[in-house]
Amino acid sequence: MIRGSKDFWTGLIYIFIGVSAILIARDYGMGTGVKMGPAYFPTILGGLLLVIGAIAVIRSFIVRGTPISAFAFKGLILVIVSTLVFGFVVRGAGLTVALPLLIIISALASERFRWRSTLIMAVVLTIFCTVVFLKGLGIPLPIIGPWFGG
Amino acid sequence: MELLSHLLLGLQTAATPVNLFYCFIGVFLGTAIGVLPGLGPTATIAMLLPVTFVLPPVTALIMLAGIYYGSQYGGSTTSILVNLPGEAASVVTTLDGYQMAKQGRAGAALAASAIGSFFAGTVATFLIAGFGPPLAAMALKFGPAEFFSLMVLGLVASVVLAQGSLLHAIGMVVLGLLLGLIGTDVNSGTQRFTFGIYELADGIGFVTVAMGMFGLGEIIRNLENEEERSVMITKITGLWPTREDFKRMVAPILRGTAIGSVLGILPGSGSILGSFAAYSIEKKVSKNRSEFGKGAIEGVAAPESANNAGAQTSFIPLLTLGIPSNPVSALMVGAMIVHGIQPGPSVINEQPALFWGMIVSMWIGNLFLVILNYPLIGMWVRMIMIPYQYLYPGILVFTGIGVFSLKNTEFDVYFMALFGVIGYVFSKLGCEPAPMLLAFILGPLMEEYLRRAMLLSRGNPWVFIQRPISATLLALAALALCSVLIPAFSKTREEAFVEGSG
Repeated sequence: MIRGSKDFWTGLIYIFIGVSAILIARDYGMGTGVKMGPAYFPTILGGLLLVIGAIAVIRSFIVRGTPISAFAFKGLILVIVSTLVFGFVVRGAGLTVALPLLIIISALASERFRWRSTLIMAVVLTIFCTVVFLKGLGIPLPIIGPWFGG
Repeated sequence: MELLSHLLLGLQTAATPVNLFYCFIGVFLGTAIGVLPGLGPTATIAMLLPVTFVLPPVTALIMLAGIYYGSQYGGSTTSILVNLPGEAASVVTTLDGYQMAKQGRAGAALAASAIGSFFAGTVATFLIAGFGPPLAAMALKFGPAEFFSLMVLGLVASVVLAQGSLLHAIGMVVLGLLLGLIGTDVNSGTQRFTFGIYELADGIGFVTVAMGMFGLGEIIRNLENEEERSVMITKITGLWPTREDFKRMVAPILRGTAIGSVLGILPGSGSILGSFAAYSIEKKVSKNRSEFGKGAIEGVAAPESANNAGAQTSFIPLLTLGIPSNPVSALMVGAMIVHGIQPGPSVINEQPALFWGMIVSMWIGNLFLVILNYPLIGMWVRMIMIPYQYLYPGILVFTGIGVFSLKNTEFDVYFMALFGVIGYVFSKLGCEPAPMLLAFILGPLMEEYLRRAMLLSRGNPWVFIQRPISATLLALAALALCSVLIPAFSKTREEAFVEGSG
């Protein structure tokens, strides 16, 4: 019976990462205490994380914790997707395509989303960023990318 | 007077037109993000770091520091006028500040906060000038073992002072250290934990991690419950406090400054803990105890002095020891390394203009802040009213372009998204991101010091306990950890944080 779900899941994540770190580090040289190899410190840390995770999992069966509050999947997915889309198209399509996409997709996450104001914001911010970042600071990004013959 | 000549050098550095300009930009931006709820100094500094890489190091650091202490100033405005903390450190200010505003005394509350902050900022500036050099001189005698132990102490303190479960926070530190090791090992050239991904050979950029965890993570958290933002008080009357107000705010400002200065030096807390502690102490010792929660000016003056003092004294460990005490100074360590400055006790001797210039700029910045905040209050009020649905897409745009421009690769954008998810999930599980970011930046340094210490001691791990300074630091760390286990302390720790959220 799991009493502390936060402890339980955190513990599992810590154990997984700790074990992975130790296993992956086996490919690197351990070295000795005097001359520590690349695997030395990661192995210590992985072990520590494993122990901490184990304690958390054990504690989750004993101590009652506050439940995990509901995930905001809509916000999470839209914010992450908008960022990924921006990264994916910015070089090929250019800023004038990537920025409006980023703004519109992420704005959809808000409960108070309105098409009109979002589109105005997309236009204004895109012009502002093109001027400031490309012209002003000289960041090497295309305004219109090669996908559209830029 | 050596101190005078140092301050003069600082003045010469800080008062150049370029540095004055960027100091102003820093505190201006700081006030803006402080005023805006949902955008904190960590995310902002991470966002602006790429821009500062083109500036000279002193100028860049002056501006970044200005953003941090400026945000403490701005945070109080939102707390008082909207009953929403603009900044984590201004949470307690909402309790009495908003009540004062409701009674038509918003002006007095804003004045108490501005006067307190300015006084605290001035004192803290002198504290850094006074304690910096001797501390750095002491740290110059440190060997690798001492530095390793010092970092252990710093990380432990950040865990003890973090919110939520101690065990989770320790795990976050270890996880951060591990993530910091990703990339090419400097000693052997081995590529560690890169999974064959070419872009990971240099490691994950700290800006990418900070923007993901603090920028994206926070946006997703904020979207969970979009609060209606309305400024109740549109007309601010009585900007000048009464004589009675002045009398009542003197002692709280002094006490708040003292508490904030001391707690600010402790790693991991920065300004937040100081404001909580100052408020609870004031509530216990004040003559007007019964008015607390109903609009006591002491309840505004004390925490606002404390958070500003703490924001500035938190630069002491950064500038003298090279140890960051909170995510913001961790980012500044990163910025210093990018600029080719190895943070540590030698900075003060090798780069005196940088050290003293930064200190003097803090005082100048405080002066700017009083001028900016007080007469221009109307402008900031209008800014608070920007609805969040327009704010966060803008933040995403700046983080996106900023991260891309670091190395001109979309790879960092993907990684930022990944850390956004990680940050959100961990915050759901009650794991604070701040200790992780601190550990992430210290990871490679710690490994290097551990290596050197072990090499010097010929593989004897007891060296950390045999050397007196190192042993003392480790003992302090152990003491700090044990103190959390004492019921009385852990109760106060919880109360201090609950007080604000309640």
